[in-house]
Amino acid sequence: MFDTALTLADLGFLAKGAAMTLAVTAVSVLAGTVLGVVFGVIRNQAGPYWSMPITFLLDIFRSVPLLIQLVLGNALQSILKLGWAPFTTSCVVLSLYTAAYCTEIVRGGISAVPATTRRAARSLGMTWWQDMRYIVAPLATRVSLPAWIGLTLGVMKDSALVLWLGLIELLRASQILVTRLQEPLFILLICGAIYFIISFPIARLGGYLERRWSND
Amino acid sequence: MFSYNFHWNQAFKALPQMLEGALVTLQIALLSMAIGLAVALALTLFRLSGNRILNGFATAWVEVARNTPALFQIYMAHFGLGNFGIHLSPYTALLVGIAFNNAGYLAENFRGALKAIPDTQTRAGRSLGMTPLQAFRYIVMPQMLRIAFLPATNQMVWAILMTSLGVTVGMNTDLAGVTQALNAVSFRTFEFFALAAVIYYVIAKAVTLAARLAATRMFRY
Amino acid sequence: MIEIENVRKSFGSLEVLKGINLTVQKGEVLTIIGGSGSGKSTLLTCINGLETIDGGRIVVDGTDVHAKATDLNKLRRKLGIVFQQFNAFPHLTVLENVMLAPVKVLGQSKAEAEAMAVKQLTHVGLGDKLKVYPNRMSGGQQQRMAIARALAMSPAYMLFDEVTSALDPQLVGEVLDTLRMLASEGMTMICVTHEMKFAREVSDRVAFFHKGVMAEIAPPEQLFGAPKDADLQTFLAATH
Repeated sequence: MFDTALTLADLGFLAKGAAMTLAVTAVSVLAGTVLGVVFGVIRNQAGPYWSMPITFLLDIFRSVPLLIQLVLGNALQSILKLGWAPFTTSCVVLSLYTAAYCTEIVRGGISAVPATTRRAARSLGMTWWQDMRYIVAPLATRVSLPAWIGLTLGVMKDSALVLWLGLIELLRASQILVTRLQEPLFILLICGAIYFIISFPIARLGGYLERRWSND
Repeated sequence: MFSYNFHWNQAFKALPQMLEGALVTLQIALLSMAIGLAVALALTLFRLSGNRILNGFATAWVEVARNTPALFQIYMAHFGLGNFGIHLSPYTALLVGIAFNNAGYLAENFRGALKAIPDTQTRAGRSLGMTPLQAFRYIVMPQMLRIAFLPATNQMVWAILMTSLGVTVGMNTDLAGVTQALNAVSFRTFEFFALAAVIYYVIAKAVTLAARLAATRMFRY
Repeated sequence: MIEIENVRKSFGSLEVLKGINLTVQKGEVLTIIGGSGSGKSTLLTCINGLETIDGGRIVVDGTDVHAKATDLNKLRRKLGIVFQQFNAFPHLTVLENVMLAPVKVLGQSKAEAEAMAVKQLTHVGLGDKLKVYPNRMSGGQQQRMAIARALAMSPAYMLFDEVTSALDPQLVGEVLDTLRMLASEGMTMICVTHEMKFAREVSDRVAFFHKGVMAEIAPPEQLFGAPKDADLQTFLAATH
């Protein structure tokens, strides 16, 4: 069908790029979610007034282009002589970026738990921690999961930008092959197909969960 | 504490240049939104048409836009179309890429909004002798646009942030492009990009605020 | 004249209209009563072509509603319909709600449509609500607006589909008063309703629908005074 110079080794190269994309995503989403849960709980406990500093700081990560954040993160680590590898810098910036969005999701999830339910739990003699652990966490997780899945996929797609720091992830790997083989459309289509195959089923699952859980 | 000396003056001197870049950024974002809205409306009509080919086309557009990176979409416009002998300038490629992305997300927003409008609205319109298109145009669409306004505002902010991706395909007139060009000759990376970040932040907030004000004026019911 | 000849209609395996024959003369007020699921509401939406039919035919002033060549949009201009849900267009003011179709469908000028809209809205008692958005009004007011909206098209017939069923009890009266007024002005009307007192007062004839069949049709004093059909007797006993 296609007369192409693309070899099996090149496909392996793309696969390695995809693995890098997934690795950056996994680390960032994991760290970002932990941070997001912590910040989200703090925002909820402290109320809108006292949590303003956190709200403002996290909002910056959502109002400045990720590419600029990556460049700034890299410049900062070099100014501070931290000696981080591009992978580390990328993951740190992406984690904070993820945390900024995750905080909002967690906050929304917690505030979706009816105050009456929580009061009932406390009335049964549960401590704040028990209430959080056994009542709020399960309910809030359910409310937040579809949005969190969406965030994870968003981070996976946005992780393409780490190519600017020199990481060879899926899109950069494709670009290298394009330059070498001069078959831009064919190679980019493969690249897009890989992103799509990773993203689409998970997005559908998120949509399914959202519909199923919003119906009852 | 650090041995690094910040040179903020150099960055501030470049401020006029960067603000000019910011105007280009805003221009691309607005244009891409205008195109995106028009295409999203068309895609929505395709989905409502009941024609399987049109519906499939619209669905494919929406899913590709939502399930691949925006940067990939810009690369497709810039490098991918080369296979068909279409060579877009960085400006056009950036605009096409973002408009493609906007259209997909906005069409999905519209779909969500349509679900919130009861079928009886269309029925009422048809009962008054309206054609399906008239009922959509005068009754359903205004309500749909109102419901989708807030998500569309978010998409506008996204469009502004996405313009920064142009620099990866050689764009050098928008805010990110200008900043990168200044950086390339001065190596004051942190100062220049920090200033750019502030400008992006201000634009994003201003657009959000303007949209809120516009909403209170436009939607009085 | 609306002629309904042996009309059949099914939703899936459920036959909701099992051969209805009915003629409504110009100037007549016909009310249709019957339990839920009797097919009475479906018949109305078949008359203005919102629903297709599976057998028979419906002819309005000589036009076969369900014939392929019929321009339904044009036909619907002479068939005003008001539903149980008020279906106010929430993004338009009361005045704009009423003006929309005359301007866009009939091609009237704004001034012309506005004059008509003000006249109809005043007629139904909403002359002071012109610039108000529907969500600021009670259900009864919204329903009267829906009636004015249909009247603004200068229809030859008005179809009312349980227009008081979604209203709070204290708001039913104002809407029924509007219908009484229209009836006294000689409007041709078909009203599907659960309001027996209203049906008795305004109707020239009352039809009783039961399980997709028109079980009885007669002038109100006869139908309510001396019901022949056994199901009708049960129905009337239950509603009193």
